Amino acid sequence: MKLKWALLAVFFTITTVLTGCEPLLVLDPKGPQAERQANDIMLSIGIMSFIVIAVLAILTYMLIKYRASKQSEDYEPPHIEGNPIVEAICVGIPVIIVIFLSIVSVKSNYIVEATPQGYEDQEPLVIYASSSNWKWHFSYPEEDIETVNYLYIPTDRPLEFKLYSYGPITSFWIPQLGGQKYAMADMVTTLHLAAEVPGEYMGRNANFSGEGFAENAFNVKAVPPAEFDEWVEEVKETASPLTEEKFNELLEPGHLGQSTYTGTHLEFSPAPEHNHGSSEQDEHSTDEHHESGHSEHDDEHSQH
Amino acid sequence: MEFFERFAVPHPSPAIYASMVAIGLTVIAIIAGLTYFKKWGYLWREWLTTVDHKRIAIMYLISALLMLFRGGADAILMRAQLAVPDNKMLDAQHYNEIFTTHGVVMIMFMAMPFVFAFMNYLIPLQIGARDVAFPRLNAISFWLFFAGAMLFNISFVVGGSPDAGWTSYFPLAGNDFSTSVGTNYYMIALQISGLGTLMTGINMITTIFKMRAPGMTLMKMPMFTWSSLIANVIIVFAFPVLTVALAMGTMDRLFGTNFFTTSNGGMDMLWANLFWVWGHPEVYILILPAFGLYSEIIATFSGRNLYGYKSMVASMVLISLLSFLVWTHHFFTMGQGALTNSIFSITTMAIAVPTGVKIFNWLFTLWKGKIRFTVPMLYSLGFIPLFTVGGVTGVMLAMSAADYQYHNTMFLVAHFHNTIIPGVVFAMLAGFTYYWPKMFGFMLNEKIGKWTFWMLTVGFVLAFFPMYISGLDGQARRMYTYSEAAGFSMLNMLSFVGAAVMAFGFVLIVYNIYYSVRYSPRNIGANPWNARSLEWATHTPVPEYNFAITPNVASSEALRDVKNGHDLFPGKYEKIHMPNNSGLPFIMGVIFFVWGFSFVFAMWIPLIIATIGIFACMGYRSAEKDHGRYISVKEIEDTETKLRGA
Ligand code: HEM
Ligand SMILES: [Cu+2]
Repeated sequence: MKLKWALLAVFFTITTVLTGCEPLLVLDPKGPQAERQANDIMLSIGIMSFIVIAVLAILTYMLIKYRASKQSEDYEPPHIEGNPIVEAICVGIPVIIVIFLSIVSVKSNYIVEATPQGYEDQEPLVIYASSSNWKWHFSYPEEDIETVNYLYIPTDRPLEFKLYSYGPITSFWIPQLGGQKYAMADMVTTLHLAAEVPGEYMGRNANFSGEGFAENAFNVKAVPPAEFDEWVEEVKETASPLTEEKFNELLEPGHLGQSTYTGTHLEFSPAPEHNHGSSEQDEHSTDEHHESGHSEHDDEHSQH
Repeated sequence: MEFFERFAVPHPSPAIYASMVAIGLTVIAIIAGLTYFKKWGYLWREWLTTVDHKRIAIMYLISALLMLFRGGADAILMRAQLAVPDNKMLDAQHYNEIFTTHGVVMIMFMAMPFVFAFMNYLIPLQIGARDVAFPRLNAISFWLFFAGAMLFNISFVVGGSPDAGWTSYFPLAGNDFSTSVGTNYYMIALQISGLGTLMTGINMITTIFKMRAPGMTLMKMPMFTWSSLIANVIIVFAFPVLTVALAMGTMDRLFGTNFFTTSNGGMDMLWANLFWVWGHPEVYILILPAFGLYSEIIATFSGRNLYGYKSMVASMVLISLLSFLVWTHHFFTMGQGALTNSIFSITTMAIAVPTGVKIFNWLFTLWKGKIRFTVPMLYSLGFIPLFTVGGVTGVMLAMSAADYQYHNTMFLVAHFHNTIIPGVVFAMLAGFTYYWPKMFGFMLNEKIGKWTFWMLTVGFVLAFFPMYISGLDGQARRMYTYSEAAGFSMLNMLSFVGAAVMAFGFVLIVYNIYYSVRYSPRNIGANPWNARSLEWATHTPVPEYNFAITPNVASSEALRDVKNGHDLFPGKYEKIHMPNNSGLPFIMGVIFFVWGFSFVFAMWIPLIIATIGIFACMGYRSAEKDHGRYISVKEIEDTETKLRGA
């Protein structure tokens, strides 16, 4: 155990020195899901460094003890078949480690795929996050507002992101709040997050999606619930409404700054119906969705 | 005019024009050189038409090295682009093309031919056969691979390179988002070389099952042959999936079908599934033969037999089965839910167990040995700890909930380079150094070799370990640039330095070949490393017929048996039946190249003509009366005396 902590200390010193003394994003969680993931990561780094050290130690021992230069000219190494006991140990230890990690992994799967622990009794804030080349559109159906390339969220409230894409597969990722999930054109995926510390976080598309991929990022601002409500009110008073025409303009390939609207595009361009897991597909709405997808592609063609 | 426009590169740059000029000059230089030295006949008779598994192996080896430098040039460009934040050296589109071709070239046209080089060279020698089961088919496999590789490589000067990543996910790789012919090249070039690979798989399996020398039961085969057998079985099961996926992708792009589109009932996720149902086994196709080479080398330089032969075989069989049950771990984040992720998380981690067994077996092979630190051994010893790091980070990635954070980041990039470079590339370089004397009759210089090893190892650690950290700091893979504020500039600079050190290491390999050709002594005997398996029991360099007398095998360590008084070559010389050379495989390769090129540009008439040409070749072969030839006892005696005298 001591060794493990010493190693972790070394690892952390090196990493912090290398990254200019700031903690690594993924290991600096600001919400319960990211925290669970960071804990899993630290746990596995610990166990794994133990394995690496063990292998290194055995290797070093063998090399020092059995190198030819240390042995007499006429030493003839013996013929050794396997040894069932030794081999059973070599299977047994990894099996135990894998079983242990499997249990952790399965537990975590169910945790990150559900409303964050401790928030089950709260009504989640549903946000539709859709990507188009190379932007993010965030629709707040309850609040009836929409933002582009930035996200405002309340702290201490479960967030349910509904993800889909108006183009290539993208991946919605806010490292400090939790791991990523794909956004695809023909279905909606769900990502459960929550923020516990107010602040500004980096969010981006993590999945390669073409020329503008590197800049396909967005800013996340987590604020206390009261402040969030104020912001919503303010948007409703000041922002202009999102029309279908405006939205189609926004979908055109390229980069945009941040902008804010009242109303959401869900009204005239609803999310694909096919939720992952459900078997039936609502033909009508998917067709509608794809029509808008197509006009976007045609635009792209004419530009080339 | 419009007809020719499509062959132009859609996104040219000075670098591309410079490469065009360079390629043109090289081709002219090669043609002029061959003509001046009157080597056309030699080239045709001895190489282009050969069906000898050893020569085919050497052609694979040369191709692999060439492609290593092509892919390496891509790599150094990428690292240079990322070395400093907000770099403008490459633009996004070029960067995308470069990482796409880097991935495809390194996996399909560098690692695969490297593996095939050793399979071709060693399997017949290790099982005491005169050639593979179907020598002509073997030549066709090579020329298909070569046609595919060349087709892929011209993409960046004719029509544009693919730019959707080596994984080529749809809909990004579809017509809507990848408008150049680049992805057509990807689909067709991989299809052609994949066909060759599938044929090699069938050929090698047949060879191993049918052509082993008397006495060599399966459990007496040298470990490399075992690992190749299993890798080839994986090939036969996995490559048809790639064939189907590529065919569907090609139809989507060229014939307007909707397999992977997001409308009209297409499913983009289907591509990801098919790709990785092939793709995961593919990484084991690469690593298993590498394991085989390490097993040979570690045993030789420990002066001992391989520890735990049976568990080595059992673990590989287990790995081959498991490798088909884990593909979903490449997209844990696709939203298939906790249950599916849990199942695939467990199957993935399970692979670590047989892999761990192998690591321990290598460690115990050192035990009570007499360890000699030669260049091949250094690679193998470096492999053990470095590959362990790659393996354990694989286990970390396999924890699906945590993978939501690693996926698509530099952490993943670090993982797979950490398995592929110390695992596959080091194995190939180790095998290259170890079998070089068997192939060419002299050794590579050990001192330069050691320098190379250290540069590659230090360079590797410098280049790839920082990526684990920058990945955890939120650096996504495949970003062509990042801002200063992101905070991982320093780590990326380190990676660039490491990559540069590795580049010098690779250049040293070429220098070593040059140096050793000039200065290495030629009288090294049949077994310069003091190894024990059957391939070292014949002469160096190996005569065309491999063994003058078919060996009578008693164990997996033929030369140790000889020492203990076993008669490995009983009986006397008899005439040997060998296959004739044939120009047909080469011609088919050329036709396939034309076929592929026409397909890429949707030129249907040349495509139809080429298709007819392919069937005509096959028809010709069916009607051909070629029963091979005999090497007479007199000829064998002469060759043997000459080789023994040398
Ligand atoms: C203990 C054994 C291993 C385990 C548990 C393991 C696990 C994984 C996992 C879970 C991923 C997907 C991660 C992600 O996309 O987020 C992955 C990716 C990958 N691994 Fe491994 N791996 C192992 C060994 C290997 C070996 C031996 C090789 C190659 C020789 C390899 C090559 C790759 C490649 C090429 C990728 C993905 C490349 C891409 O997405 O472009 N892995 N591995
Ligand atoms: Cu995999």
